[in-house]
Amino acid sequence: MTFESLVFYFFSAVLLWSAAMVVTIRNPVKAALFLVLAFVSAASLWMLVEAEFLAIVLVLVYVGAVMVLFLFVVMMIDVNLAELRQGFGDYLPLGGLVAVLMVVEMAIAVGPAQFGLHKVPIPAALGSHYSNTRALGDLLYTVYVYPFEIAAVILLVAIIAAIALTMRRRPDTKYQNPAHQVNVQARDRLRIIKMPTEHKS
Amino acid sequence: MVSLSDYLILAAALFAIGIVGVFLNRKNLVVLLMAIELILLAVNINFIAFSHYLWGLSGQVFVFFILTVAAAESAIGLAILIVLFRNRRTINVDDFDTLRG
Amino acid sequence: MPSSTALYLAIPLACLLGSLITGLLGSRLGNKWSHRIPILGVGVAFALSAGFALPRVLKGLWLNTTLYTWGHVAHVPLVIGFLIDPLTVTMMVVVTFVSLMVHIYTIGYMKDDPGYRRFFSYISLFTFAMLMLVMANNFLQLFFGWEAVGLVSYLLIGFWYTRESAIFANLKAFLVNRVGDFGFVLGIAAIFSVFHSLDYATVFAHAHELGARVFPIAGGVSWRAITVICILLFIGAMGKSAQMPLHVWLPDSMEGPTPISALIHAATMVTAGIFMVARMSPLFELSPVARSVILVVGGSTAFFMALLALVQTDIKRVIAYSTLSQLGYMTVALGASAYAAAIFHLVTHAFFKALLFLAAGSVIIALHHEQDMRKMGGLRRYMPVTFVTTWIGALALAGIPPLAGFFSKDAIIDAVSRSTLPGADYAFATVLAGVFLTAFYTFRMVFMVFYGEPRMDAHARHHLHESPWVVTMPLVLLAIPSVLAGMVLMRPLLFGPFFSGSIFVLPADNALARMAPHFHGVMAFIGASFVSPPLYLALSGMAMAWYMYIYRPTIPALLVKRLHGVYEILCHKYGFDEIYIDGFAAGARALGRFLWKIGDIQLIDGVMVNGTARMIGRLARLGRRLQSGYIYHYAFAVILGLFVLMTFFLHHI
Repeated sequence: MTFESLVFYFFSAVLLWSAAMVVTIRNPVKAALFLVLAFVSAASLWMLVEAEFLAIVLVLVYVGAVMVLFLFVVMMIDVNLAELRQGFGDYLPLGGLVAVLMVVEMAIAVGPAQFGLHKVPIPAALGSHYSNTRALGDLLYTVYVYPFEIAAVILLVAIIAAIALTMRRRPDTKYQNPAHQVNVQARDRLRIIKMPTEHKS
Repeated sequence: MVSLSDYLILAAALFAIGIVGVFLNRKNLVVLLMAIELILLAVNINFIAFSHYLWGLSGQVFVFFILTVAAAESAIGLAILIVLFRNRRTINVDDFDTLRG
Repeated sequence: MPSSTALYLAIPLACLLGSLITGLLGSRLGNKWSHRIPILGVGVAFALSAGFALPRVLKGLWLNTTLYTWGHVAHVPLVIGFLIDPLTVTMMVVVTFVSLMVHIYTIGYMKDDPGYRRFFSYISLFTFAMLMLVMANNFLQLFFGWEAVGLVSYLLIGFWYTRESAIFANLKAFLVNRVGDFGFVLGIAAIFSVFHSLDYATVFAHAHELGARVFPIAGGVSWRAITVICILLFIGAMGKSAQMPLHVWLPDSMEGPTPISALIHAATMVTAGIFMVARMSPLFELSPVARSVILVVGGSTAFFMALLALVQTDIKRVIAYSTLSQLGYMTVALGASAYAAAIFHLVTHAFFKALLFLAAGSVIIALHHEQDMRKMGGLRRYMPVTFVTTWIGALALAGIPPLAGFFSKDAIIDAVSRSTLPGADYAFATVLAGVFLTAFYTFRMVFMVFYGEPRMDAHARHHLHESPWVVTMPLVLLAIPSVLAGMVLMRPLLFGPFFSGSIFVLPADNALARMAPHFHGVMAFIGASFVSPPLYLALSGMAMAWYMYIYRPTIPALLVKRLHGVYEILCHKYGFDEIYIDGFAAGARALGRFLWKIGDIQLIDGVMVNGTARMIGRLARLGRRLQSGYIYHYAFAVILGLFVLMTFFLHHI
């Protein structure tokens, strides 16, 4: 067993274990943390297949942003766990059976018979001069430039949508309206009053 | 040596765990979203494994987009979840059956 | 169009015009003009028939022309056309004359009726329809006239539509006629399918060649086409001419006003069947089987209907059953191939039966619409004109020489005795017995109405008086031909060449031709009757009526007691009504109710219409289960689909 195999099996084990914990653990906060662990393990595996950029992105974006978002949400909302766990195991036999069948079938479908080393050999390692980030960037900004821009728009929409959905105005809070501030005219604020001078007697 | 089929089987197992997660946590919307993240992760692993073993970067580009869309999806999904929670004081999926706000 | 054709066309159109003007504009015209215009129309029709058509035909100027082609079906033209020959002209003169008399009479009879104008419109329309029927030169127009007279008859029987019984009677007439008309239509259809033509002349010309064809009837049995056609046509005649067993409508049709009974249900419409068979003589001659049927049906009608007349107490019903019986005589004559004799009897019968009906109507007016003979009696002192004319009509009907009915009836009896067809002996016996019965019931009626003690209440007796001139004039005018028609018409109609060419008789069947050598003038005919049974039968019938209703009025009641069973059967008219109403009609209603409840409500409404909706509902309820709204259900469905697909591909790659 080579070092690579060792690393692969180790992270695979961690990944599967943490994924299983994500879906079975009671506490959503812990579930989110296990999901972080799963992502990190996955990122490590991606490193193994020379997808360094995506591995970093996964950790930075997912772990750093999305999962933090999850955590925030989970912590913000006051969840009645007992109610949510109700009937938790009802579907475990059926779900488990389906899962096992799926895994077996997919394993047969994608097993060594189809994608084994003799069918798909390990590619040669790409030397130290190769930059995964540069290669992806070359591709993204040339061939996939339109999808890239569309993805950017999607993200923008997601930002706006998320803000629009969650923002609410509380009637009792005081806030400034920048539009009004900008729009304000001098005469709205300033009144010039003419009055005769008074003489001191 | 690690073969492509090892990655694919790993992804299949991860996918199956995600599916089971949907079944088990059918009431908890947050964990449901997490299970979906797991399923997406399984798909991404597939893409990257193929990309590596079959000499093509397009798979990784695809993963890039999937990550983008998944992030957007998570953001919006969580936003909706918060709105729902604000209105209904619960995230129990069974209670969201009126098609009204 | 030649001017002669235009004049022929004017005959029916004058009546139609009269009807339309009165019917549509009657309320503006007022009662006076409402009867003047139709009478003018019918008068014109009568004048043209008698003064123009008759002389022309006598001169040998026949007409067979097509006026208007209104359609084509499978290259067969559908036309309106006239065939004017002696047979037609005879009918036209009789129809327009009787119709004119009835029109005039109606002025008096319907004087105070709210439906006065409507009535005139109807009877003019009827005259038009009847003229179209007799003048037709093709089967389609014949059928048009046939149905049109049926329609007007329906309208007139139910003329007093607020009476329950009138509505029942007109529905009954309509339905029974439907049965006959169904046969008639089938007959016309059979003619069309055999000859591919609806034109009389074409059909008759090819009757010989094509008549040998056979029709498969059922189960491998085939009949000669000509026999099928003739029997089907005769079924139509049975309906319209009220032959057994389709006679049930005619007595009930007496619910209509009396002029209608005279015009339609005695003199004209009911003879349409007779006329039709005579018109189709070239076809009927070829089918001895059909004529045998006709003989038997006619004989039965003549005898059994006369029996029913014995027990009737309603004056109009007596005459109605008498009409049935006399129509039976005509039918027997048709069966014996003595078509001319049938037409002869039709003509004389039209006169004296219209006379009798109108006389009965006159009595009814005088008694303020009382029709029960048991409440009459002794009227001869109050109504001399009616009394005398009724006597004339009664003598004519009973067949006493030298009145009209004697000649025609004796001719028929003579002709039947010479027929050799199967059934002729039966028919001969029935018509002979019928002579006795006819005389008996006719004079029973005369004696009950005009003789004996008055049995009406004092108030009615106080108001008794002779009817106005518009009523009595037609009586007198009808009495004249009732006396003379027989003597005058017998030789030309029966033994002359008048009908040759319009009525066809095979030499072998020609009973009238065999009678001709023995015919030595009217007087000799009368003389000969003194040595033959019919006259003595008639006289004994009269004597018996006198004995039972004047000399010993207690006898009838005694007879009723003694022969209670027979009396009951006669009172129930042999149970035909019961069979039809409780049998066929009730059966049809039960079937209809079954189809309604089971077929319509349960099957169509329940299973088909509501069932479809219910099934959709059930399916939707099932489908709704799929759309549970639970994410894990959908996820499960997705996984299941994936699972199935993967299994499929794994096993097929």
